[in-house]
Amino acid sequence: MELKIKTFGAARDMMGGKEVVIKINGTNVCDLRKTLVATYPALADLRSLLIAVNQQYAEDSQQLKETDEIALIPPVSGG
Amino acid sequence: MTKVNHFSQEERERYSRHFVLPQFGESAQQNLLQSRVAVVGAGGLGCPVLQYLVAAGVGHIAIFDHDNVSLSNLQRQILYTAADLNQPKAQVAAEKLRALNQHVQIDSFVNQLIASNALGLLKGFQLIIDCTDNFPTRYLLNDASVLLDIPLIHASIYRYEGQVAVFNYQRSANYRDLYPLPPRPEAVTNCEEGGVLGALAGIIGSIQANEAIKVLAGIGDPLVNRLLVFDSLTMESQIIQIANKNERKNILGLIDYDDFCNAPKKTTDMKEVTVQELKALKDSKANFQLIDVREPHEFDICNLDGELIPQAEIPHNVDKIAKDKQVVIHCRSGARSGNMVKWLESNHGFTNLYNLKGGILAWAKEIDTSMPTY
Repeated sequence: MELKIKTFGAARDMMGGKEVVIKINGTNVCDLRKTLVATYPALADLRSLLIAVNQQYAEDSQQLKETDEIALIPPVSGG
Repeated sequence: MTKVNHFSQEERERYSRHFVLPQFGESAQQNLLQSRVAVVGAGGLGCPVLQYLVAAGVGHIAIFDHDNVSLSNLQRQILYTAADLNQPKAQVAAEKLRALNQHVQIDSFVNQLIASNALGLLKGFQLIIDCTDNFPTRYLLNDASVLLDIPLIHASIYRYEGQVAVFNYQRSANYRDLYPLPPRPEAVTNCEEGGVLGALAGIIGSIQANEAIKVLAGIGDPLVNRLLVFDSLTMESQIIQIANKNERKNILGLIDYDDFCNAPKKTTDMKEVTVQELKALKDSKANFQLIDVREPHEFDICNLDGELIPQAEIPHNVDKIAKDKQVVIHCRSGARSGNMVKWLESNHGFTNLYNLKGGILAWAKEIDTSMPTY
């Protein structure tokens, strides 16, 4: 399925845009995570990558729909 | 029993806009007056936080910062002027803030908060405000907040974006529930490398001050179990519900945070060339390929005439990378290009890749000192 993903912080640089469409094999957040890291290997170095689905922290087992609002929010440290 | 102070005429006038504010009034002002708050970091976030908390009449504020004021701070750290250059931030800030409100007791600490002193120094505060600029101190403050049972007002900024949350408020979710592990140092840039919009620090710092005042005064709904994510370029914000995963049970004491945040990468025997070796390759017109994995705006500042393939584009452009001759890959400092060399080696079987040691920064320092850097 095809998912539209909003990116923040370092993930935006790594994925080359503030909104990225990605095709995943599978149906849950874990499948999305795998596809993301395979497509954008640098994401693995963020180690803690918050995936929010419809403004809620998403567990890996959560099922996804194409209409879901997905955001990738890595930690940032600036102050 | 806490001592109830009676406000003087001067204070009544000073705080009159609070006194007439619905849900606030004299009792909330009394709460502020009796509060002790630790503000860690007196930089981009710390300046607005300190100004609003002192102006609002928080009774006792401790400022922790071990840095001096530098010229590049003045773009966003609005407590300081050019006359303050090279002076300790905590002391300069304290002096200016005392002039703003003489009713507030302001202490300054110029020693760095570290694992061995943090619990002692932070004990007894009602609130810790994290205005720092690095992951080790952020995890240190989070863990200290959990161990001392003091709520933590977190904010962080990056380029045009900011995040704010209230952690560990009546045992609510903490920073580790959100981000259990810090990113690898080479994966993220700080404000110095990545840039930050000055006014963004003011916006996010003001939101942070607002959350602090809400918690201290006991009004409204603070960002508990929620993370505010703000993008100043689009003016879009999201509030993400955070799961409380009870990470607090794993926080048993303070640890070595530099070590925790510098988790070594699995090393392979990556090949490198120095900038001198690259210059020799260029001068001899050797048959090799030079690839620059930085972003286009970085390329515009300075470049080595390499082929620009930003790191995110590498997976889609593997076919553009030669397999039959030497390939040198570079970025700003050597971190991103090193990652790309390792990724290409392990995923696509390359054996002819060389990382440029020290990146274009080393070139600017050792080969072409007239080259602009960033």
